[in-house]
Amino acid sequence: MAWNRKILRVDLTKGTCKAEPLNMEWAQEYLGQRGLATKYFVEEVDPKVDPLSPENKLIMTTGPLTGTVASTGGRYSVVTKGALTGAIACSNSGGYFGSELKFSGWDMIIFEGKSPKPVYLSIEDDKAELKDAAHLWGKTVFQTEEIIKSSHQDTQIRVSSIGRSGENGVLFACVVNDLHRAAGRSGVGTVMGSKNLKAVAVRGKNGSGGALKDAKGFMAATKAAKKVLADNAVTGQGLPKYGTQVLMNVINEMGALPTRNHRDVQFEDARKISGEAMHEKRPTDGKTHLVTNAACFGCTIACGRISKIDESHFSVVNKPQYWGASGGLEYEAAWALGAANGVGDLEALQYVNVLCNEDGFDPITFGATVAAAMELYDLGILTKEQIGMEAPFGSAQALVELAQMTAQGIGFGKELGMGSARLCAKYGRPELSMGVKKQEFPAYDSRGIQGMGLGYATSNRGACHLRAYTVASEVLGIPVKTDPLVTEGKADLVKAFQDATSVFDSAGVCAFTTFAWSLADLQPQLDTACEGGWSMEKLALLGERIWNMERLFNNAAGFTAKDDDLPSRLKTEPAKTGPAKGLVNGIDKMRPEYYKARGWTPEGVPTKETLDRLGL
Amino acid sequence: MQKSLHIDANKCTGCLQCEMACSYENHGVFNISKSRIKVFNFEHAGRKVPYTCTQCSEAWCMTACPVDAIRIDAGTGAKTVHEDICVGCKVCTIACPFGTVNYVAETGKVQKCDLCGGEPACADACPTGAITYVDADWTGLDKMRQWAGKTDTQPRATA
Repeated sequence: MAWNRKILRVDLTKGTCKAEPLNMEWAQEYLGQRGLATKYFVEEVDPKVDPLSPENKLIMTTGPLTGTVASTGGRYSVVTKGALTGAIACSNSGGYFGSELKFSGWDMIIFEGKSPKPVYLSIEDDKAELKDAAHLWGKTVFQTEEIIKSSHQDTQIRVSSIGRSGENGVLFACVVNDLHRAAGRSGVGTVMGSKNLKAVAVRGKNGSGGALKDAKGFMAATKAAKKVLADNAVTGQGLPKYGTQVLMNVINEMGALPTRNHRDVQFEDARKISGEAMHEKRPTDGKTHLVTNAACFGCTIACGRISKIDESHFSVVNKPQYWGASGGLEYEAAWALGAANGVGDLEALQYVNVLCNEDGFDPITFGATVAAAMELYDLGILTKEQIGMEAPFGSAQALVELAQMTAQGIGFGKELGMGSARLCAKYGRPELSMGVKKQEFPAYDSRGIQGMGLGYATSNRGACHLRAYTVASEVLGIPVKTDPLVTEGKADLVKAFQDATSVFDSAGVCAFTTFAWSLADLQPQLDTACEGGWSMEKLALLGERIWNMERLFNNAAGFTAKDDDLPSRLKTEPAKTGPAKGLVNGIDKMRPEYYKARGWTPEGVPTKETLDRLGL
Repeated sequence: MQKSLHIDANKCTGCLQCEMACSYENHGVFNISKSRIKVFNFEHAGRKVPYTCTQCSEAWCMTACPVDAIRIDAGTGAKTVHEDICVGCKVCTIACPFGTVNYVAETGKVQKCDLCGGEPACADACPTGAITYVDADWTGLDKMRQWAGKTDTQPRATA
């Protein structure tokens, strides 16, 4: 089934759960997941709302291909106003929760208000009810999932929950499902915690598939699209073998691996924390770090990493609970916890990554915030006494201790929990926060990959690689190779990636399919699944419409062209080594070109003609 | 040639395409809770293992059935449930040592793998070759080949 045509509205203040029909007119204009949930959100929520107030809402949403046999058709998203950014937030996750929500018969859940006491939502097909979560509050994600499965006597329940960081107000808390998949960025878990909502537990025996527009055509279209993934070198070979970590050495060679809070663009120990290193046998126990690859629901790529930490490593000695297999490392986390801090200790990175999953906080923002703290320490602005330890760049010990403190909400962990923008501002050096709209950069230095700088600056949810992954073009040559060191043509490239990604994020499939799929591969899958005639033209317009809708929300929330900018370091301190040596990012040249390509005024506001063209 | 489902858990990624294909083939819906093949996730070991009926030669489910509703399919050798005869007594679910015959409350009958009449949908859907449909007499052939490749690896004498 494409859409279940039914949404669940949960009023946490009153404690009620109500079914509503899905607005099918909006579904034709916004498809599903990111697009459709954001439409609901902007219609219902004042852009000026305080993200942590009861007036903010939080939506868990699936796409029309979620819970179907389409490859990677297991995605779901959490849409809200981000606690970290104050901008529109949409964080996407795989695992098995999204498909289970679809199987239970709902398209999305809208949470509003604030519960007077901790609760969790239990869904068993049509039955939805809020249950007391007093016994879950204070528990980790791992414990919460185990307790819920055990108390419901059902091992097949799927759980999305927040850990202690989401309860403690860490501004970059995630919503974690299936132990190690996360709606990770922008502090969506913080918003969930502010509503006293601990978890959502779903069991769907209804299934889907009763009302595909053209079931036979859909089976054929999805089969053909799976073959495209299997035959592609990235999705068919590179990602299954090395995961996203296939990039560590590649990006380092390009001189685009941000190192020590972006002071450097190449990391001398990149190889030690790479995907290749995860395949090498450790001298200590003769085992490889990587245990196996893993897929999310429906995924025929299987880029996921499942690893075991060396039991003799200092981080886990006498902690057998961390000796089992667990999710990680993915590239972004390996970079943020590793290169960003100058830490070249693979085992330490995986331990911290597990802590991020266990207590639900974003490893990108966390790692980048530690990097900022280490620079403040290096500059003598933060002292050993303030941090509670020596914290020089490269210290795995400091990284591990700071992660534990952040997870538990103690000591300097509370300050790190603000994220780097607030931390650096507090200590008088706001320019040392490496991010946009208070959200930290992911793992690509925009001095070495120019288009990413524009993508970061203009991303509607703050700095992000998943809104316009021009790395695909500038590094891998997908769909066409562009020169990473120049700004020419990047405005159009970024716009094209932003619009296309908006469609993929609204369909219920994974962004990683786009290494092999273009919109032309997605289109027949959507058109056979969904009523309404989904042509290429309709999809292209859809992507642009979603992007502009998000932009309008942010503009109304108070963001301006000034917020579409990069930290001064990337504009004034040239890359020191590598192919980009001597370069800064040309954001000030690209931004006006981009606004023009978008049909926006020089102030970054969509013109009336643009809005009319998009039906906004 | 009689064929068997052959499962190589090392190749399983846990994508559940097999469960989706099974439910779609047999129930016309995407619904893993109706699948006759299940993938088990042993989180702490990092293992994912698909499991379904092995089509025992001496099938206890068939022997136990009091109404003769489980019969051998002449074409595939599968032990298939004849729903029109099954009375839903569930004795077969007790008799099966492996748990691969299960009751379906919705129909009041039991269900088990019937090899989809000789074209198992799970094997067709599996993207990694973890589930294959091979010569029943030679399910070990691939494993033999792997081990064979590891023997006689001494350097050869050259003339």
